[in-house]
Amino acid sequence: MSKIKTSRTYDDKAKAALNKAAAYGEDINLDNYVNPAEKLPYQEDPSKLAAKTKKDMLGAGIILDDPGLRSGTYLQMDSTPVHFSARQEGIEVMALSQAIEKHDWLTDYLWKAVPIDSDKYTANVELSDNDGYFIRALAGHKTVYPVQACLYMAQAKAVQNVHNIIIAEEGSELHIITGCATASPNEPGLHIGVSEFFIKKGAKVTFTMIHNWNPEIAVRPRTVTIVEEGGLFLSNYVLMKPVHSLQMYPTARCEGKGATVRYNSILTAGKGTNLDVGSRVLLNAENARTEVISRAITTGGNIVARGYIEGNAKDVKGHLECRGLILGEKGIIHAIPELKGDLAGIDLSHEAAVGKIAEEEVEYLMARGLTRDEATAAIVRGFLRVDIEGLPPMLSAELQKAVAASEKDLM
Amino acid sequence: MLNIKDLSVAVEGKQIIHDINMTIQTGETHVLFGPNGAGKSTLLMAIMGFPKYKVTKGSISFKGKDITGLSVDERARLGIGMSFQRPPVVRGVTTRVMVSACLKGRKDGDTIEKLAARADLQDFLERDINYGFSGGEIKRSELMQLMAQRPELTLLDEPESGVDLVNIALIGELMNDLLEKNCPIAERRCMGLIITHTGHILDYVNARTGYVMCDGTIGCVGDPHEMLATIREKGYNECIKCYLGRIPLHE
Ligand SMILES: Nc1ncnc2c1ncn2[C@@H]1O[C@H](COP(=O)(O)OP(=O)(O)OP(=O)(O)O)[C@@H](O)[C@H]1O
Ligand SMILES: [Mg+2]
Repeated sequence: MSKIKTSRTYDDKAKAALNKAAAYGEDINLDNYVNPAEKLPYQEDPSKLAAKTKKDMLGAGIILDDPGLRSGTYLQMDSTPVHFSARQEGIEVMALSQAIEKHDWLTDYLWKAVPIDSDKYTANVELSDNDGYFIRALAGHKTVYPVQACLYMAQAKAVQNVHNIIIAEEGSELHIITGCATASPNEPGLHIGVSEFFIKKGAKVTFTMIHNWNPEIAVRPRTVTIVEEGGLFLSNYVLMKPVHSLQMYPTARCEGKGATVRYNSILTAGKGTNLDVGSRVLLNAENARTEVISRAITTGGNIVARGYIEGNAKDVKGHLECRGLILGEKGIIHAIPELKGDLAGIDLSHEAAVGKIAEEEVEYLMARGLTRDEATAAIVRGFLRVDIEGLPPMLSAELQKAVAASEKDLM
Repeated sequence: MLNIKDLSVAVEGKQIIHDINMTIQTGETHVLFGPNGAGKSTLLMAIMGFPKYKVTKGSISFKGKDITGLSVDERARLGIGMSFQRPPVVRGVTTRVMVSACLKGRKDGDTIEKLAARADLQDFLERDINYGFSGGEIKRSELMQLMAQRPELTLLDEPESGVDLVNIALIGELMNDLLEKNCPIAERRCMGLIITHTGHILDYVNARTGYVMCDGTIGCVGDPHEMLATIREKGYNECIKCYLGRIPLHE
């Protein structure tokens, strides 16, 4: 697929930002990565992909052998969309490059939520070969099963430039599960993913993202969500596998009355993993609500866990909860919760705690007959358990499964 | 049988209890009185085997086995269970998970739901253990866990303090069940050691032996009802005086 052409002004803005380092995270030299050369063939039937590829994808929650469990599928390898299909009426799933050809209005949405000149990474996506998914629920349509999208890094030492657009039209309901995975278990690579979400009046989007990288990959997602009146955005992020460097600070803007946003993140970092991850919510309309919850565990890696809620309208309410657990002797968790509000009637709060497992708690469980290891495991499992209100049971179960599958590695 | 011999215990380098001797026969429930800070909880924690409570002298044996060197979980699996005076909150670990941990290894049909119903804690199963529990709820939850665990030696640290009059009957009933009050002594397999300030629970258990503990030692041994009457009437000071005038009881 070819590069998505936007306007000349965009090009200029992007060029001006090409050397602009991001506000947070290690500055990555883009010259260390090549653009993927090979164009990969389109795959009509994704169950026919190589067994190894399917297994990698399954590790990130992508099911290719039982299409009945999904409303739609989008698969991208490096910069090439290799498969996309929708199985439900009123749901569109396709490559962004194709969607632009189909809907001439769509160019208005490009870089509408994420500023093109945010940093060198957004600029690079604009100025390089890129593609991504376009997922849309038409007004009033509700997905029964989730739509799945997988961004797969096939070529080593390459950069994957992704631009996604998600639109939930008025009164629609869209459940999306996205997984990221790599072919190589240890070759470096860079993933840059721009995602722009538009949640219209009364629409609901749940977005569950499971990352499954390798210890040499650098990742720079850039995500902004705009939620209109009465809309709901529920974002769940799970990172249980090693990655070299991940920095992201997705932002949701509640622009309509009563818009609601919930972010849940589960982060784990072993030795060699550096995470700088936060969620930012701007409550710009009356009665907007948010809850931002993160759980971070280090077994030797470094985690900066950020959170930011800003109240800019009457009667908004927000709560931030950042909890970090240090398992083992090394590892750093730096929790940075921030609140900003200046109007009357704003109700913002936060709770942050970082520490080791309390010995007293372990002993309490041991007094009930559990061994030290069993007691520790029960506490870690409890720490990672976040009850996600509003998530369909099937996604909830898949999320728990992804967490449980990696729990053993933590001990 | 629980047999405590010349036991001294230190906490963080500070000697808290000295030369305690105590024997609880199978089927018996004993009661421990004593002013605040006397060392009652310390004794229970040492019997349960918490590492912070260091045995500096003497020994503890249970069912004929010296358990002085065993870890907390080994003692729990051997049949010792304890209700805590101030149990910790464990975020993320639900009451259900705690009860199911206690039930581990038991196959006699007790279920989590049944136990919760008995302790009137049905709505607490999905809550994080002890998180936001009231004082009385903590007591009931501790007893519910013990009911699941069914220890042979039950250690209760002030099971009735802070409990209202209605709930005290419920707590009494649970204790009664745990300590097999309605079972003929000869057939009982359970024993108990209960710390109490109020004595309310004496109505619910069959206790014929009581101790008064002062400054880390056991002052006197006797009938718990009589002891309670003396403490109520004359206070612990009288008790201490009485003790000072006597030779400490030893086996
Ligand atoms: N970590 C510690 N460091 C120093 N002293 C301690 C420590 N823990 C307990 N103590 C002391 O040991 C003494 C006995 O405490 P313990 O909790 O056993 O008393 P108690 O008889 O159970 O009292 P109460 O009726 O108030 O519950 C107290 O003076 C207490 O302050
Ligand atoms: Mg005490």
